[in-house]
Amino acid sequence: MNKLEKLTYFPGCTLKDTASDFEISGMAVMEALGYVLEELERWNCCGTVFSLTDDDLMHQIGPVRDLIRAQEAGSEEIITLCSMCYATLKRSSLFVNGNQERLDKINAFMNKEIDYEGKVSVHHLLEVLRDRIGWEKVEERVTNPLEGLSVAPFYGCTLLRPQEIAIDDPDAPTVLQDLTQALWATPIDYAYSVECCGAYQVVDHRDVVIERTHRIMSAARRAGADVIVTSCPLCHFNLSDTQKELVRTIPDYEEMPIIYFTQLMALGFGVEAGKIPASLKAKVKRLQTVKGEG
Amino acid sequence: MTKAKQTAQEEFALLELSMDEIVDKVEELSGENVFDCYQCGMCSAGCPLAEEMDLLPNQVLHALQMKDPEAMSANSMWICASCYTCQVRCPKGVDLAKVMEAMRQIYLRKRMDHVSLDGLSHREIRRLPQIAIVASFRKKTG
Repeated sequence: MNKLEKLTYFPGCTLKDTASDFEISGMAVMEALGYVLEELERWNCCGTVFSLTDDDLMHQIGPVRDLIRAQEAGSEEIITLCSMCYATLKRSSLFVNGNQERLDKINAFMNKEIDYEGKVSVHHLLEVLRDRIGWEKVEERVTNPLEGLSVAPFYGCTLLRPQEIAIDDPDAPTVLQDLTQALWATPIDYAYSVECCGAYQVVDHRDVVIERTHRIMSAARRAGADVIVTSCPLCHFNLSDTQKELVRTIPDYEEMPIIYFTQLMALGFGVEAGKIPASLKAKVKRLQTVKGEG
Repeated sequence: MTKAKQTAQEEFALLELSMDEIVDKVEELSGENVFDCYQCGMCSAGCPLAEEMDLLPNQVLHALQMKDPEAMSANSMWICASCYTCQVRCPKGVDLAKVMEAMRQIYLRKRMDHVSLDGLSHREIRRLPQIAIVASFRKKTG
């Protein structure tokens, strides 16, 4: 077997807990493509949100320390799976890289760390798939074509906004649709794919988030989606949390599976990695049986 | 007047800052010029949480331009989730998410927190992903 190419990987807190299926499936599908996600040693929480006030260097310490960890590991990049970690680390890297005054201040403050040189860049796994591996290679690896499966991509905010960190067109992205097509599934178009789910407002304004996510899921369902695919553990939580509420309150409510893009890849690659909602597994099996008979 | 509104106004009074001082502070913290906004309303048209806000996003900017204290007592800054839809669509390049953050910071730096662990049950704390709790506390506590 060929040697696997290493990618310096930053998991973030949530992938080690509520979003563990994201990490498990991410590692498995990348291995299938010839890569190993090598976890950064001694990483810490990125802070989850980027500090938006210009004078606040204190909240850059967390993410910059992670950039130092990559530098120590001899890597000039960090790859994330979590969209929120991506945005926070990416924005921090842009905030300090090449800005000597900020670097000097932060380095002087962190006197127990080696100086950060400002050379680490941050990328999301979807960028690696699109720009380095390419959809053709992804498609070559498919053993279980997801033909007939309608997929609603849900981008959320932090992969696309603000513009300076967008991995795709902020208003009309295609990266998740392109991945979907590479797996032989059908991407569906609906009005809410780049909308905000309400994010952390779930902590003290849960009703607002429930209303938003209900609208998002209804739109996806009306457009014919079988499954919603995302890359953000907070979007995933909010959509799933709302759905539990809908199941409880609406008679005969039919649940919509909500999965990470790496889980969709695992399905297409025929790789067993982490839990896939039973209804989705059954749906895929049904589609393939129909195809076999046809 | 609702109780929430009254409390918000009392809280604003506790800042002991004039609206001139507030606008200067907002511009200093955000690095944005609130007078760049020409009130086209694009931000409010796209804002996913606008309907929950006392003042729509463009109205918040208008209130700041007019030095109207309602900018600081409206719930809008606490509802904004920094989703950045307004920023990518603003024809004048105003980063409204940064303006909202600056307004929140004026309160938070005076230790006027807007979320508290005491307000969450153990069950909620266990149920919510870290990403939600950390983000909420980063945005609403000082």
